[in-house]
Amino acid sequence: MDPVFMAQTFVTLLDGIPLALQLVSIALAAGAVFAVALAFMRLYGGLALGSLARAYVFVFRGTPLLVQIFLIYYGLGQFEDVRASLLWPFLREPYWCAVLALMLNTAAYTSEIVRGGLQSVPFGQVEAARACGMSGILLFRRIVAPIALRQALPGYGNEVILMVKATSLASIITLMEITGLAHRLISETFRAIEIFVCAGAIYLIMNFAVTRAIKMVEHWLSPHLRDAPDDARATGRVAAISH
Amino acid sequence: MSGPGKSDRLLVKVEALHKSYGDLQVLKNVNVEVPRGRSVVVIGPSGSGKSTLLRCLNLLEPIDSGIITFDGQDTAPLRKAAHALRREIGMVFQNFELFQHLSAIENIILAPMKVLGMSEEEARARARKLLEKVHIPEKADVFPDELSGGQQQRVAIARALAMSPKLMLYDEPTSALDPEMIKEVLDVMLELSQEGMTSVVVTHEMGFARRAAHHIVFMDGGEVVEDAATEQFFTGAVHPRTQRFLQQILR
Repeated sequence: MDPVFMAQTFVTLLDGIPLALQLVSIALAAGAVFAVALAFMRLYGGLALGSLARAYVFVFRGTPLLVQIFLIYYGLGQFEDVRASLLWPFLREPYWCAVLALMLNTAAYTSEIVRGGLQSVPFGQVEAARACGMSGILLFRRIVAPIALRQALPGYGNEVILMVKATSLASIITLMEITGLAHRLISETFRAIEIFVCAGAIYLIMNFAVTRAIKMVEHWLSPHLRDAPDDARATGRVAAISH
Repeated sequence: MSGPGKSDRLLVKVEALHKSYGDLQVLKNVNVEVPRGRSVVVIGPSGSGKSTLLRCLNLLEPIDSGIITFDGQDTAPLRKAAHALRREIGMVFQNFELFQHLSAIENIILAPMKVLGMSEEEARARARKLLEKVHIPEKADVFPDELSGGQQQRVAIARALAMSPKLMLYDEPTSALDPEMIKEVLDVMLELSQEGMTSVVVTHEMGFARRAAHHIVFMDGGEVVEDAATEQFFTGAVHPRTQRFLQQILR
């Protein structure tokens, strides 16, 4: 391996980071909102809305993200109605197709994480809040949501990491993010190993940052677990703080 | 403040209360009165409906039929807005149920601030007084995980008191505690009772019942078997079921 070439490659591939970060952050933000809606539909939406959400999750979790990207990018344009619609200026752009696919996909997974978090809130806590005179939005905001969020965070951290890596699939539909740039470089130089090692290293560094950030959020959100002895959290409560 | 009326002596009046879970009748024609400023202790074997009765009082459980009057007002129309009634009724649970994500003092100030609209400053000042009252002023900033069971239960009592309730409900408040912690909780409850806090206590602590209760209700199989002033209850309980229970528990 040629260290000079590696260094050059690394610097070249860094140019792909902004696009990757854009894709992942827009998809995660929109996906989180959608996921909460789906989780609410499943938990409180009754039979019709609940089944709808369940079907959605089944389809988007059960099919490969790559297939979803292809279907959106190549498939939607086949329909006259889509081409005539107001969304066409967006949907003909590979950028927005990738964002849409990532968003729809992460929403399906995240809705299950949110649902798990909400269901893990002990009923006794809700009842205690009711006994104090709380109800409705106040009870949800002050008691249910904070507890659910803490429970869901480790699982959600996983999802964020998967999403960072999933941005590499956007290269398939011409987007020049890290993997896309790597591909182009290989077709110019035929030095696959060095280039992919660099690309992999960049994903690793990004996910290292993600992992640290999630740990920080967990630490910040879990003052009650920071200094507790290990046995105090033995039952069911996964503490993810550093020691 | 309701004006003086015919039921003014009573804070709570339960009449002909029935409740079932499916085929299982958990409360059968229960009649109980709680005079203002008094403590009523409810005892009985497990599954006798004591806790259910307690939970009916602050509308945590729906009832099938009967009338529950609180502070001169029929509670039936309040069911849709039960939270308004619950502001006036403090409840202490067997498993404490402190909000795990909040420190002791945050547990105490949350409802006064968000439900009653009290300023944080005032809520904190009152919370500190309440923590003194339950003898753990030094634990204000500690999280529930790091408190002993007895300390958690005392914070829970302070949390309930912070709403300035007219009535306190205790649902087996010492049943989940190690023996050496039971006294510290019962002492606080006894002090409150002596200060005239109206309360309904479900407990197996007969020593506490003897000292704190003005009235004792013995339930078995969803029915009130015996309902008597404390002294009378321990000396002259008439019903054979009560006598059998007392023999077992006082042995």
